[in-house]
Formats: sequence, C-alpha cells, structure tokens
Amino acid sequence: MDEKYLRGLINEVKAGRLSRRSFVQAMVAVGLTAPLATQMLTSAGVAHAQTSRLAYKPTKRGGGGALKTLWWQGATLLNPHFAVGTKDQDGSRIFYEPLASWDPDGNLAAVLAAEIPSVQNGGVSKDGKSVTWKLKKGVSWHDGKPFTADDCIFTAEFAADPATASVSIATYKDIKVDKIDSHTIKVNFSKPTPFWADPFVGVRGMIIPKHQFEAFKGAKSREAPANLKPVGTGPYEFVDFKPGDIVRGKLFANYHMPNRPHFDTIEMKGGGDAVSAARAVIQTGEFDYAWNMQVEDDILRRMEQGGRGKASIVAGGNIEHIQVNFTDPAKEVDGERSSVKTTHPLLTDPAVRQALNLLVDRASVQEQIYGRTGIATANFLNQPERFQSKATKFEFNVEKASQILEAAGWKKGADGIRAKDGKKLKMVYSTSINAPRQKTQAIVKQAAAKAGVEMELKSVTASVYFSSDVANPDTYTHFYTDIQMYTTTMTQPDPELFMNQFTSWEVASKENKWQGRNITRWRNAEYDKLYRAAETELDPVKRAAMFIKMNEMVIQNVVVIPVVFRPRVAAVSNRMHVEQSGWDSDFWNLPNWYREG
Amino acid sequence: MSKYVIRRLLIMVPVLMGISLVLFTILALAPGDPFEELATNPNVPPEVRANLRAKFGLDDPIAVRYLRWVTAMVKGDWGFSFVSRVNVDELILQRLPVSLFVLGSAQVLGILVALPIGTMSALRPYSWFDQISTTLAFVGFSLPTFFTGLVFILVFSIWLDWLPFIYRADISTSGWRWYWDHLRQALMPIAVLGLFQGATLTRFMRSAVLDVIRLDYVNTARAKGLSEKTTIMKHVVRNALIPVVTLLSLQVPAVFGGAIITEQIFRVPGIGSLLISSILANDTPVVMAITFVLTALVLISSLAADIVYAVLDPRISYN
Repeated sequence: MDEKYLRGLINEVKAGRLSRRSFVQAMVAVGLTAPLATQMLTSAGVAHAQTSRLAYKPTKRGGGGALKTLWWQGATLLNPHFAVGTKDQDGSRIFYEPLASWDPDGNLAAVLAAEIPSVQNGGVSKDGKSVTWKLKKGVSWHDGKPFTADDCIFTAEFAADPATASVSIATYKDIKVDKIDSHTIKVNFSKPTPFWADPFVGVRGMIIPKHQFEAFKGAKSREAPANLKPVGTGPYEFVDFKPGDIVRGKLFANYHMPNRPHFDTIEMKGGGDAVSAARAVIQTGEFDYAWNMQVEDDILRRMEQGGRGKASIVAGGNIEHIQVNFTDPAKEVDGERSSVKTTHPLLTDPAVRQALNLLVDRASVQEQIYGRTGIATANFLNQPERFQSKATKFEFNVEKASQILEAAGWKKGADGIRAKDGKKLKMVYSTSINAPRQKTQAIVKQAAAKAGVEMELKSVTASVYFSSDVANPDTYTHFYTDIQMYTTTMTQPDPELFMNQFTSWEVASKENKWQGRNITRWRNAEYDKLYRAAETELDPVKRAAMFIKMNEMVIQNVVVIPVVFRPRVAAVSNRMHVEQSGWDSDFWNLPNWYREG
Repeated sequence: MSKYVIRRLLIMVPVLMGISLVLFTILALAPGDPFEELATNPNVPPEVRANLRAKFGLDDPIAVRYLRWVTAMVKGDWGFSFVSRVNVDELILQRLPVSLFVLGSAQVLGILVALPIGTMSALRPYSWFDQISTTLAFVGFSLPTFFTGLVFILVFSIWLDWLPFIYRADISTSGWRWYWDHLRQALMPIAVLGLFQGATLTRFMRSAVLDVIRLDYVNTARAKGLSEKTTIMKHVVRNALIPVVTLLSLQVPAVFGGAIITEQIFRVPGIGSLLISSILANDTPVVMAITFVLTALVLISSLAADIVYAVLDPRISYN
C-alpha cells in the first residue's frame, strides 16, 4: 500500500493537480491514514476521464450479428425522463446518451462531452457555482440532424418543467443552462455545488433531441411520438418496441465512435423471472446478457459449472443493514407512533446497541446466504472506495455482548431474558418477505437468544413494506417496530444524497407523510453540522474525509448495523465482453460490447 | 328466441356495471400506486410522485375516478397505461395475436387429443386402453401447468437442448425459416396448455359418450343394421358432443385471457403476461380494461353456449 500511496502522491503532484503543500495540509487537518489518502488522491473528486478498461478488439463497425439481452422486467417506456425503474432507464440508454457516464470506479467517462470538465482545465469554476461542458463535434441524431448545445439546453428545460412531470425534475429544476457557442454549455448552480456532475450525466443525464420534443414540452409530453420511437445519438437506432415485452434496435451507421458498435442488431427482451433468465444465459446460451440476477449464489454457481456463461459482479453502494429505532414504537403521540417526541425504552441505551452490533454474525450471513452477492461489512458507506472508512471493523461475539449487557445492569431473569428496571430486553425485528432476509433474521435471533435478548420476528410483504402508503403502519418508513432490516440503494457515486438519511431534518414523521429519509430518527447536532459543511466543501479530499467521518459516527453510535453490501450481478455469456458499472445503467458502455469468435 | 337473447343482453349491462364497480374498488383499495418504485429512489423527491399522482388523477376520491373511467369507457376511450403512458387499447391489440395463436393452438391440440381418446375409451370401458388413458388424463389435469412447464424446459431446453424456452414475438428470419422458428418456440407452451386442456376434455368426452351409448336409439340404429362406424359417428358422437361444445364455448374467455402462468414461464408476450405485470405495477387502467373485457367475454360466451345448446338440441326451447 505504501508504494502505491507514494506513487499516487507523486503522480498527483507531477500532474500539478494538487500541490504537495496543500495536500499535506489537508492530510494533517483531517488526520488520515496513508492507504486512505491513496484512494482519495487517485480519484480526487470527480475528475479525469479514464479510458474504458474494456479493450475493444473489433476493427470495423458491425458484423457482430445479433445481441440478445434479457431483462426479467421488460422496459415499459423509452423516454429516459419518464423512466420509473432501471428497466426503463436501460431501455432508453440503448438509444440515448448523456454527456458523460459513471465507470465502475465512480469516475466520469465522456460520452457526448469532448472532455470531462475539471478545475484544472477550467471547466469547473473555482467557486463551485458553474461548470462548462464542451460537447463532442460531429455527433448526429439517428434522423441525421446534428447534435448541438441547443439539445442540452432543451433537455434541461423539458425535464425542469413541472407540467412535463418528468422523474428527473430534481436534477434540473434549480440549474440554469447557458449556451456559450454551438458546442459549449455552461451549467449554473444557485449555490456552490461540489457534486456538479448530476445534470447531463448518467441515467438522469440522457439528452433528448430538441427537434423531436419541442412541440411536446409540458402538459403535452405524453403525446410525443418519440416517446415510443426514440431518436437518439446512441450506437443503435430504433426498430420496434412493445411495452413490457421487447425493445429492438439496429446498428446506427453514423455513430460517433469509430468502428462501433460491433453488433448489427440489439434486442432487449422482458418478462419472466430472474432464475430462468440466468438459465437462458449461463446454461442454454439462448441469450448473451441478463440483467439484475437476484438469484441465490448457490444456484448461480451450479449453473456456472460447465455452462456457457458466468455471473458478472461489480461493486455498488447498496447496503443491506439493520436499523435501530431511537423512538418508541409502542407509544402514540399526536396520532403517530415512533414519534421524535419519545425515546426508545431499550435502544437508547448505548450498551444495548453495542451488544446488538456484536450479535449479528455477518460472516455467516455472507458465507451461508449471500455468497458473492453480499459482502460482509462494518461500514454503511462502502463505495466508491475513496469514501470507505478503514477505521471500522465488525465482530461476532456473544460472550462480549453478554458482558456489555451485564455491566450495564441488564440481568438475566428466570426465563433467560435480560431485564433492567422492570423492562425486558424483548424486541420486534421486522423486514420484508424475501428468503435471504428471513434466513438472516433467524441467524440474528438465535445469537440474540444466547445473549439473553428475545427477538420476535416479523416479515411484511414487500409490496406493502416498501410502499409509501400513509395509512399503512407496516411500511418501512413508519418503522413501528424496534429494529428492521432492508437494503438502501445508493444511486450515484457521490455520497451526499446517500448520507442525508441521518440528518435531523430528514426524520420521517406524520408531518411529512413519512417521506423523510431518516428512518431511525437518530438526531445528532455534530452530524448535521458536518453534513452541512460537506454540502458546500469544494476540496474533494476534505469532503471525502467528512463523509468518512459521518459514516464512522453512524457506526460508532450503532445507529445502523450494516450486514452486507450488495454488488450488482448480471449473467454474461462466456464469449461476450462487457463492462458493468455499479453507478450507471447496465448499458453505460454498450458501444464497446463485443462478442468473440 | 330473439326475445330471450335481447333479455339476456339487457341483463348484461347492470351485471357488467356491478362487476366493474367491484373491480375498480378493489384495485383502488389495494396498497401502492404505479410510481411506487420512485418512492424508494433517493434521487426522486417525493414531490415528483405527488405531482404524477395528481396529474393522473390518483388523488381524487374513488367515486370520482370510477365515474371518470365509466364515462370514458362508454365513449370508447379506454384510457392510457400509467406505466408506459401508451393507450390501453393499443397495448392490448399488441398482445392479442400472440395470445390467440398460442392459446388457440393449444385449444385445438386439446380437442384433437381429447375427442378420439375420450370416445375410444367410452366405447370399451375398463379395457386396457381406457385404463391407461384415464390414468394419463388424471395425471394431466392434476399437474399444474407451471410444473409441467418447468419439467418441459428442463428436459427439452436444458438437458436435450432442442427447443428455446423464451418466446419472442418478433423473429427476424423470413420465409420457411420464420415458420419453423415460430413453431419451435411455440411448441412447449402449446403442448403444456393443450395437454392440460385435453386431459379434462377427455374425461368429459368419455362420460358424455357413455351416457349416450346406452340410449335406446343407439340400439335401434344397430338393430336396423347400420354399420358400427355409422352408429358411432352419426348417432353417438354427434349427440355426445352437445355438452362438450357447451364446455368449449365457455372456455373462450380463457383463450382471450391468456394462460397467465404459462405465459409467464415461457415469456409469451400475451394478454396474460400483460395482465400480471400490470397488476404488479398497480397499473389500474390496463388491469381494468383486461378484466372488463374478460367479464364481458364470460357473459357473452355463456349466452352463446345457451344458444348453441338450443340449436344442437331441438328439445330445448327458451320460449
């Protein structure tokens, strides 16, 4: 690590991206360890495009035959700004492209941008209030019209119009996009924005052609013919679409990258279930690629033996974790339980939380349940690696948990359950119905019983548990139980949005119809302050350190108990060369996909 | 007769209204909405969902939404899917041909299997042929289609590697090859459904023939010297078909509705798979349209069955 660290440091200093002096100052200021600095240095915020790690071998455009992909939920619409789920984003991404995509490391890779803006090349302003994108020249839409700055500006206007009812409105509503010239745009933010790479980037950044959608902005947006017959800049042009069933495309002869794409046609078939999709790729080879393999690792491994494909796994930020309720789910105040006006009778005792942390056998959960599809972790914030804390660790130790409880005055009663001041250590542990979750619940319950903590297991149907039904007390945001477990998704490589789920202003309550993101109702003034500071901190190193500190606060206070982080899993034919990213659509690098032999 | 038909048709109107009201209320009371997925996406603020709900009128009281739906439906406007924002009639028409092809062929296969076998076993009850066909028929309709479907996939796709198990409505080949590809992929779903239907029909046919063959006019036919073949074909089978035809006409809605499970297993893009994905996505307009058409078909085909009955059996009269 030391050698790598030094090399990284030297490179940074050599490239002039960071002066040695300011780097050291920053290091001292936050008291970081060397390996951590390496990761921050190499990435230093969101700078520097990297070339794809996929070595593209074909020497001419086309000739690759048909590319057959399988999504067990079919795309239902092909306008990226109406996309309800990832299936729709992926279907749209075949035809539309953003200015830049997120690579597997969470770095930007230019697509329709000529270069990635940075402070060094003058693209990102020093005050963090604007970013200037230079667009690639000579790009044409599928219908032959040229791609220009006007299309970018139109896309922002289209998405920001409330009457359009786009799902990407949050990305575009507070920005102002100026046209500098035909191939340069300037994105202005209302306040200093360290994470400037949200508009025009990734799944919400796909650019739609002005000449196709101009007449259909606002209330008429549903009527645009291009909603169903997309005209984009992507490697494949539109052939046919049946919502929920199939999306077909054919090679676009004027695609802006040389010798690409490799395949003559593309097909994205929908429907069915994940296991049979895995079979169609790994076992029978009927298809080349299948998305989102929510399949037990055991089954995947069995299919892989002597099969025609394999599981492709790439790190992402999603985390399966147990949340601890800091409010009392049994007491009703002003028509709501788990109100911030109450405190939890058991879980506000730090000793109880620490004991719980020691009673979750993460290694066994990974080994026996998730395999390659869930990695045991001590951290809530795991990816990209530059934000991962190295100071935390996890342990499974029933003995130690018992000692902590004993020392805190929780004594075992005749029934084997610990109690203190007449309060028994009994809690309700809820989650959604899903086989791996029920198995995890059983593992935790067993260990807890040994330490004298009784757990009542509760499982709620996923469609109810994850619904935002205000009237239903069993949703995860109501959190009317003591501890609960589910996966929180991290949809972008910047942790700002991800870490807001521990801020006090995000507490889920009756007032905000339980739409707040802070489900545990943990409140901490220091965390709030740190978060506010990170929102405007422009120095990427300092900012990363802040998020690492936030993660450590959450872990040390046992606000949540991380269990496993969930990488993205796809099934890929052995002959296919693809590159996945945990931070963007499965098709983010589609032009570079090819098949051997 | 025409009076009877008109009366039945008029009764259908309140029945359809009642059923649609019940359906609509149940769907409206079910938890969730089509934009549920947005709720768990941290990049989408809650206002976006609220805005979409308001735009599609999901926040209005159930009565208002129902009235809006009924008035539009009466005018022939089926509404549009909340999920894909495509008109519902368009979505259904896209899926209909596949469903009709797969389920129609399955029905034909079922009939082709059931009629001869049912007749043969009734002619020689408790013979070895009857014993075997009865056993197979029981096995056939006891095994659910999702089970036989998976077994077929395991044997023909995974072990033998003969047939694809993913149905694609758009096959790019042309000429004979196109027919061949279509047949190959449709073989398993048609066989699974057809044999299931056939098994039930076989039992019906057998008991219908047994009922008829004991009757006096069959003896008369034999006594007057008609050949065995003529007796069976003209006198026995024809009369035995009456209850079977009724049964078949009652199965028409099933053909339209698609075999939900089989379509799901083989990824057949038919009406059934559209229905199930719309239910899962809380896409009310699509679910309403499909279930409404299905109820209408059930009512119409039961009327048709009654009419066919009267035509086939002159003893029955509705006047």
